[in-house]
Amino acid sequence: MTKSYLSLEFIDKSFERGSTRTEVLKQVSVSADKGEFISIIGHSGCGKSTLLNIVAGLTQATTGVVLLDGKVVDQPGPDRAVVFQNHSLLPWLTVYENVRLAVDKVFSATRRKRERHDWTMRNLELVQMAHAADKRPSEVSGGMKQRVGIARALAMEPKVLLLDEPFGALDALTRAHLQDQVMQIHATLGNTVLMITHDVDEAVLLSDRIVMMTNGPSSRIGEILDVPLARPRRRIELASDRTYLKCREAVLKFLYERHRFVEAAE
Amino acid sequence: MSVTNLKLKPQAAPQPPDQVIPLGHPGRPGTDSRLARLAAQTVTNLVPLLVTLSLFLLAWQLICSSPASSLPAPTRVLEESWDLIVHPFYTGQGVDQGLFWHVFASLQRVALGYAMAAVVGIALGVLVGQSALAMRGLDPIFQVLRTVPPLAWLPLSLAAFQDGNPSAIFVIFITAIWPIIINTAVGIRNIPQDYQNVAKVLRLNGFEYFGKIMLPAAAPYIFTGLRIGIGLSWLAIVAAEMLIGGVGIGFFIWDAWNSSLISDIIVALIYVGIVGFLLDRLIALIGRAITRGTANS
Ligand SMILES: Nc1ncnc2c1ncn2[C@@H]1O[C@H](COP(=O)(O)OP(=O)(O)O)[C@@H](O)[C@H]1O
Ligand SMILES: [Mg+2]
Repeated sequence: MTKSYLSLEFIDKSFERGSTRTEVLKQVSVSADKGEFISIIGHSGCGKSTLLNIVAGLTQATTGVVLLDGKVVDQPGPDRAVVFQNHSLLPWLTVYENVRLAVDKVFSATRRKRERHDWTMRNLELVQMAHAADKRPSEVSGGMKQRVGIARALAMEPKVLLLDEPFGALDALTRAHLQDQVMQIHATLGNTVLMITHDVDEAVLLSDRIVMMTNGPSSRIGEILDVPLARPRRRIELASDRTYLKCREAVLKFLYERHRFVEAAE
Repeated sequence: MSVTNLKLKPQAAPQPPDQVIPLGHPGRPGTDSRLARLAAQTVTNLVPLLVTLSLFLLAWQLICSSPASSLPAPTRVLEESWDLIVHPFYTGQGVDQGLFWHVFASLQRVALGYAMAAVVGIALGVLVGQSALAMRGLDPIFQVLRTVPPLAWLPLSLAAFQDGNPSAIFVIFITAIWPIIINTAVGIRNIPQDYQNVAKVLRLNGFEYFGKIMLPAAAPYIFTGLRIGIGLSWLAIVAAEMLIGGVGIGFFIWDAWNSSLISDIIVALIYVGIVGFLLDRLIALIGRAITRGTANS
């Protein structure tokens, strides 16, 4: 195996509840180079969030290791910033304070107060939320909250950005807008990104590679698809692009023919 | 503050003459209609209350106006307790004080006991909410102790403190603390996993987690406990003071009963009710100001 920036090696995960043991992930290995954008796609309940939480250090794998930049990941930390499925901003803090909390924590030793303020504002500007800096999360829309969540994650200058269905709860127009913004940010900052999604178009549009997971229990990696589309990508031009359509078809085939979603018999 | 500071004031630039805005100016219909709506709302809120109050007073007057009645009618209360009503700030010898001073003395005891209950209760609630071990060890004890009626603690605390005043304060403390502990613990246990994950990713230390996540997240629960606690405190103080004597609204009522001043008791009860209501509103108001924005996200 070659040395990559981020690598998940033979991850198994099972949950034990009382005497019942459910195996969620089996022998999952993924690797990402620096600056690569990787999507993980699979049906609901197949263990995508569990996998992301293992990379984040929020959940321990039963067996297997996660290596980032040559070091073993065994606890959560700001070098693996997470944008959670449901934004999880702290409702008692303003938009600014939510980002500032992260900035203060990560850069308390290395940056002065003034610099931390500027950095907070810069990240809010990056997601076009500076105008609402003093609003509380309850006062802004769902899309805006998710943007603040992204700003908070970016402000930590993480080695890897982990996105757990970041746009799942948004309407189609807002989602498209945010996808463009994420592509823009990725182009500017060159982050390494691991994104979970269940949206085929989103996966093809944003990713360099798409990791497709089989249905649970005991999900494995079914297939890994390269998306050889040049960047910057524009969704309108891509709509009729041969490569785009082929990738899209490949993912659709995987999800809806070979691993059709079956309702768990629980 | 120094005198020179005050002298500076008149030198402020002269104000431009006030603009004259004729009444009913067509440019500001918004304000007028808003005022009108507010007035209408007040009336619709107040009228039913005034009606029930008058009906209640009328019924009371009719029932108690016969000379054989054991309780005084409203008019007789006014007549007999007029001095008490119009001189709340009267100061005399010993327990011969105006009602304000009695209420004030009671409030001081409540403030002390309640403040201690709040501090200790939140601390214990955090402990029990945080640690499964503390929960297993302490929660059963709390559940048993909280059912002990407030006044049942009084003899024990009199024996311990050998003095009425600290005993009354202790009774307040022990009465108010249970709902504070229990609600705080529930609040801590209900901190959403998301917030805990945020704290983990940021690697907040214990102290930061306490101040930045735990307290604000549990604040709505804590204030529910505090609000129940203040109500119970006020219930308990009146009863406790009847037994310990001295200045205080509880003993005032007991004293009036011993002197057969039924009208004075009625006036005192009105005070007790209104003060209890205001205390409840005060805590609710503080709670709302502090937890603003936390309830919905
Ligand atoms: N803490 C847990 N304890 C027990 N089972 C869990 C836990 N977390 C997730 N699971 C189970 O693991 C499976 C995968 O969940 P998840 O990773 O959230 O799926 P996805 O994000 O792909 O929809 C589900 O069947 C879920 O019930
Ligand atoms: Mg999920």
